[in-house]
Amino acid sequence: MEGTPPRILVVIPAYQEERSIGGLVRSLRERTPYDMLVVNDGSTDRTSETAREAAATVLDLPCNLGIGGAVQTGFLYARDRGYDVVVRIDGDGQHEVEDIPKVLEPILTGRADAVIGSRFLGETEYRGSIPRIFGIRFFRFLINVTTGYRVTDPTSGFFAINRRLVEFYSDHYPSDYPEVDAYILMHRLKARAVEVPVRMYERAEGKSSITAFRAVYYMVKVTLSFLINRIRRFG
Amino acid sequence: MNRVTLFSICASAGFLLYILEMVRRRKLREEYSILWLAGSVVILVLSLKQDWLVGIAHAVGIVYPPSFLFLVGILFILLILIHFSIAISKLHQMNKKMAQEIALMKEAKRRQAVTD
Repeated sequence: MEGTPPRILVVIPAYQEERSIGGLVRSLRERTPYDMLVVNDGSTDRTSETAREAAATVLDLPCNLGIGGAVQTGFLYARDRGYDVVVRIDGDGQHEVEDIPKVLEPILTGRADAVIGSRFLGETEYRGSIPRIFGIRFFRFLINVTTGYRVTDPTSGFFAINRRLVEFYSDHYPSDYPEVDAYILMHRLKARAVEVPVRMYERAEGKSSITAFRAVYYMVKVTLSFLINRIRRFG
Repeated sequence: MNRVTLFSICASAGFLLYILEMVRRRKLREEYSILWLAGSVVILVLSLKQDWLVGIAHAVGIVYPPSFLFLVGILFILLILIHFSIAISKLHQMNKKMAQEIALMKEAKRRQAVTD
């Protein structure tokens, strides 16, 4: 890496985001210098075309894999193409592209292997429902007790990881609801993870992938998968 | 020979033949037939050899021997279902890898077309 600047890829998983993806890609292109990759997770709307029209590189998954499978496809692409750092942001415009340098900074200075953007550090416009706040507190507790990481925003989908984690996640990344599980994986690698404050907007378009109906399944699945990962071997 | 014995023999023998025929016609893969075959053979043998059934049932403390047949049947069904869950998980993983590979290959091809 000496001499050459690190190669940075912004990965944007997108499922049925035709209304927001074009604007997001354009604002990334205009306001940041990074390469970007849209991973279209088997959308049936014009997500892929809209992203391509905005001049993004697009990977089209032939079927819907779920958010983890889509993000992992981005990691595989980054690994194969020799990127040093991957930033992952949501395709629905909830994250502020101008916060990307803040999320990158601790990795670029070698202070951290993973940086997670937190909507709860510093001032925030974000307000969640009561079940969501409860879920977040539960995951904070679970992560802290089992890994020691002090986390404020355990389900944040805005993060950056270095090459070592990109390679590991290319082989081991949960198919659905991956963010909480990722803390166990990072713990296994003794990765240094830090949070930085980021802005978070209410969704402009579309629905959150987490409906109230799925909340209980989410909690149970993530807790189980988290605890199993704690005792799993990674070959 | 009482009626329940006759029924049990006919049912397990018929089942065994059906599974063998499915394997022969390649409608059922060998690895998925093993548990079905083993289950039907065990039930068939215990139906034919009643004294074995009575002996084993009493040895494990079951008063009414035919209920040991139910137990064997249920245990095999459980094993088969677990086997299916494992097979589905494996297929899920393979399917995910293939979908990812296809997406990456399509992109590489598109890139190639642009540079050509």
